[in-house]
Amino acid sequence: MAEVLLKIDGIVKRFGGLVALNQVGLTINKGEIYGLIGPNGAGKTTLFNVLTGLYMPDEGSFTFDGTNLFRAQPHVVVGTGIARTFQNIRLFKEMTALENVMVGRHIRSKAGALGAVLRDKGTRAEEAAIRAKAQELLAYVGISDVADEFAKNLSYGHQRRLEIARALATEPKLLALDEPAAGMNPRETEELKALMEKIRASGITVLLIEHDVKLMMGLCDRIAVLDYGKKIAEGVPEVVRKDPKVIEAYLGVAHS
Amino acid sequence: MTVSVTTTPPANGKKVLGFLASAIILAILPFVVGNAFGNSWVRTLDFALLYVMLALGLNIVVGFAGLLDLGFIAFYAVGAYTFALLGSPHFGIHLPFYITLPLGALIAACFGLLLGTPVLKLKGDYLAIVTLGFGEIIRIFLNNLNAPYNLTNGPQGVNLIDPVSVGGFSLGKTHEFFGISFNSVYMYYYFFLALTVLVVIMAWRLQHSRIGRAWVAMREDDIAAAAMGINIRNIKLLAFALGALSGGVAGGLFASFQGFISPESFGLLESIMILAMVVLGGMGHIPGVILGAVVLTIAPEILRDVIGPLQMATFGKMIVDPENARMLLFGLALVVMMLVRPEGMWPSKRRKAEFDDAKKGH
Ligand SMILES: Nc1ncnc2c1ncn2[C@@H]1O[C@H](COP(=O)(O)OP(=O)(O)OP(=O)(O)O)[C@@H](O)[C@H]1O
Ligand SMILES: [Mg+2]
Repeated sequence: MAEVLLKIDGIVKRFGGLVALNQVGLTINKGEIYGLIGPNGAGKTTLFNVLTGLYMPDEGSFTFDGTNLFRAQPHVVVGTGIARTFQNIRLFKEMTALENVMVGRHIRSKAGALGAVLRDKGTRAEEAAIRAKAQELLAYVGISDVADEFAKNLSYGHQRRLEIARALATEPKLLALDEPAAGMNPRETEELKALMEKIRASGITVLLIEHDVKLMMGLCDRIAVLDYGKKIAEGVPEVVRKDPKVIEAYLGVAHS
Repeated sequence: MTVSVTTTPPANGKKVLGFLASAIILAILPFVVGNAFGNSWVRTLDFALLYVMLALGLNIVVGFAGLLDLGFIAFYAVGAYTFALLGSPHFGIHLPFYITLPLGALIAACFGLLLGTPVLKLKGDYLAIVTLGFGEIIRIFLNNLNAPYNLTNGPQGVNLIDPVSVGGFSLGKTHEFFGISFNSVYMYYYFFLALTVLVVIMAWRLQHSRIGRAWVAMREDDIAAAAMGINIRNIKLLAFALGALSGGVAGGLFASFQGFISPESFGLLESIMILAMVVLGGMGHIPGVILGAVVLTIAPEILRDVIGPLQMATFGKMIVDPENARMLLFGLALVVMMLVRPEGMWPSKRRKAEFDDAKKGH
């Protein structure tokens, strides 16, 4: 039996009258790549926001790595080990690529205002370590050459990679990626797939939202399908793909 | 006092030379100015240094953390009143400056938290309005806390505030070193200069630290910053507290230098003036903010000296009241500046990039 990393149950999130998440429950095991698919507006990003503390769920339960994270603040969630990227890239545009990743080290470092002003030995060592780690991560995702460029001047593919590096800087146990391949050409998508496999091989569990079904089938160990805020299927890709409810959800969308 | 400028890049000759040159210029500046234009201009230099400290404090809040604060003068007031009440005949308490100055700064920082806590969720215009109200409330309190118990002496203000002094050596008196006589405005100049250097170093080091990065991140995108593990509440409160701390120091210095304070010195116009220094100089950029503070302190004084005589010379009489003309010209200059160079006189690379973006219509 695989070890459970994340478990949510009965999660409900409402926006006024709209029930964006309706009694959603799922478990993610350590070391897997877990896929989340569903038609536009199904509630995938909303679920990410709930899992990362950006939205407060109305009902349900949420434990991660033995810690109760129900309605936890974002920085607590990150501290516990969940990091994310955004569907509509949210980098710090006027910071360099390197600085962006250095911000990701914030939660794993502790120099305060006094340390900053006094510049004692410990603070200087920590700052050097932050920089070194950030450089290492830029190399890890393959964008060392643009370390000193403003994030907004990077190509689209590089921005996506930078977001992943920034998230990795928080030393997550679970990396949640919201449509990382959106807008990428087939070659870039292939490279991204390799990167995700590398990340998983390094011991980090991956939660992935993608519309590219072919990519998802080839990459994910298990997949959950959301439709109108409800989980309608969960399991290994081959089974989920043949599930009549899943086929209907996608065809239904195609019709409307 | 030893000041290590930076440790990482090797201190190359050019840098050392520039450092020495500015040190010498700053050291002899009051004598050059004093001899050429008189002691009142040395006094203006002293005020310029006070405003540099104030503007650098506000710059932490507005420039680094991106929180628009229109009530910053309140912290200046808190620092000034702490100093005045603990070192004047008003209560007959005469604590030394090395206690009242830090204490004033600390109390100002607490007021920073007091302001920061209720406005945590506010941004932009809303934040500006609330902070503006906060500044006014503090001033009104100072104005009215003379009854039933006379804490602040109300609109009359506090008089005969102790000058900065250690063991009989008072900056309020004239001293002689190496056969040169330094009167009070000169003494304060060097004292303010030393503290300004400290504030500059503090601000610079904060900016280039983990904390400074968190501020920039929050300013650029608070959601992404939170999602990267930054505790937005704490980092905001820290900005308010540290900004207020510098404001409090400047306030205490102002009280001792001036010897007299009243609520009138801490009005909205002052808050706006300091904000103008930050914005006009180059928000978030320390050299720019220093430049902004110096220019905005000195320019109105020059106008004061020039406008009256100029009118007499050209028209033979006063056509516009010099005081009004001065503010008019000054306001005009601000408007023109914001139209021509909205990013400020000396913006940082980052800020410039933001404005270049805005111009392109991103
Ligand atoms: N902050 C919000 N306020 C109101 N409604 C919201 C909010 N966020 C999401 N919604 C609504 O919740 C529903 C789910 O949106 P969500 O963004 O989670 O979908 P998604 O599955 O990520 O879709 P896509 O594939 O297009 O990214 C949508 O109807 C959306 O309009
Ligand atoms: Mg989405």
